[in-house]
Amino acid sequence: MEHIVIKNLNKEFINRRHARRDSDDSNGFGKSIPVLNNINLEFQKGEMVCILGPSGCGKSTMLRIIAGFDTSTSGQVFIGGRPVNGPSSDNIFVFQHSGLLPWMTVWQNVELGLRHMEDKEKKKEKVQEYIEMVELEGFEDHYPYQLSGGMQRRAELARAIVVNPDMLIMDEPFSGLDFLTHMKLREEVVNMHELFGKTTLVVTHDIDDALVMGDRIVVMGGRPSGVKLERKLDFPHPRNFEKEAELRELRDEVFLMLGVSYAV
Amino acid sequence: MDSKSSPFILSLLAFSIVLLLWELTVRFSGWSEHVFPGPSIVIISFCELIANGTLFKHSVASLFRVTAGFYLAMLFGIPFGIFLGRLETARLFFNPIIQFLRPISPLAWIPLSMLWFGIGDKPAVFLIFLSSFFPLVVSTTIAVSSINPIYFQVAANFNFSRSEVVTKVVIPAIIPEVVTALRLTVTIAWLVVVAAEMIAVQSGLGYLILDSRNALRMDYVMDGMIAIGIIGLFLDNIMRKLGRTDSAFWGSVV
Repeated sequence: MEHIVIKNLNKEFINRRHARRDSDDSNGFGKSIPVLNNINLEFQKGEMVCILGPSGCGKSTMLRIIAGFDTSTSGQVFIGGRPVNGPSSDNIFVFQHSGLLPWMTVWQNVELGLRHMEDKEKKKEKVQEYIEMVELEGFEDHYPYQLSGGMQRRAELARAIVVNPDMLIMDEPFSGLDFLTHMKLREEVVNMHELFGKTTLVVTHDIDDALVMGDRIVVMGGRPSGVKLERKLDFPHPRNFEKEAELRELRDEVFLMLGVSYAV
Repeated sequence: MDSKSSPFILSLLAFSIVLLLWELTVRFSGWSEHVFPGPSIVIISFCELIANGTLFKHSVASLFRVTAGFYLAMLFGIPFGIFLGRLETARLFFNPIIQFLRPISPLAWIPLSMLWFGIGDKPAVFLIFLSSFFPLVVSTTIAVSSINPIYFQVAANFNFSRSEVVTKVVIPAIIPEVVTALRLTVTIAWLVVVAAEMIAVQSGLGYLILDSRNALRMDYVMDGMIAIGIIGLFLDNIMRKLGRTDSAFWGSVV
């Protein structure tokens, strides 16, 4: 069953700083810059999709359109058969840098999505359960600035998953973390995905992340950006490049595609 | 010497040096003590004014006006600032008027305010209001419009209602900046109250200074100035404490 369908998606940005010229064919405000060019994709329900691409290729823009934060110039995104026309708590976005509200404690942040729940006891239990799941017990009353980068990401993950969304959308969830925290969090995200089976979109620039985590990878590139490669990855977890020849070949292929002709 | 001297000792030292310089200037200037009274005379008359309750009465009168005007400015200025920060059209509409009125010194309003509000507390409160209102509106507007857009996206993602966006995102997000603005504004308000009291009223520290000048009591004039300074210090301290509360503290770290 297709969960997400992206149909003929195009996005243009208007460069307002560019002076108007008569030769500009479009509107009166400035030159429009195409970012996404005719993207067509289909993702299955429950899949972990990793979207790769060089920086500035529009992968975050596409993610924001899927989440409803941004609008497309033309084309449409369907989630569960319905066109996206705004943000919804069915699809929770996990931001590149912390999206925790800094004036709220960990507890208050995790509670955000459950604030309308009638049963106070049940709500308390649920918040506690998810805080414990991301191993933040004892930090409930801490403010985000009192947590390390990795702990902030985990708190945000708990906040996202506690509302039981249909889909998680993550924009470079591991950027800015040190190597070990990165590895550990990656493992947690994979485990969480196996446990809950939520459709998950991950934008990343780390090829290994994509190959280790994804049920499907999408490589974007070019200017304006299009889909250069889409591949389903049918490998069991844990994955190992050394042992899976097919995975290793794919890795080399993606490296080459993104402009790195040899692995160091 | 211990390099980590306590700030209290250091400020005490600074005040003592000023006092000493003052005394020395008085001794060597050769001016009469009616024109330039020395610290000893001023301190004695300060105690005198405290003992007979004059200083207390005038301080309370001034503080009342500042409080009233300042609260009014907060009550109208902060919500108005939030409104302007959220609505770009409203901002473009009101901003020229605000920027036009803002540089007009509240003191220039004295004649009009006396005419409109008569003699007494009202014109003084009005002037304090004017002096605090515009800075508060401007800082609140800037604070609101510079809130990280991610927080609004989070709010949209979790289906916040309009009022929830204001109470759970906008207000907590601007508290640190607004506290700083309040700290600066209260000083301005305190500056203006003294000036306003020199004209329209029969009480307050400004009136004390003016009245003492008419009586040629320069020591009382200086007492009034010292009281203004002490209260100013005290007001700033309160505002600084406000900035250390949990709801404002996150702003100094993020």
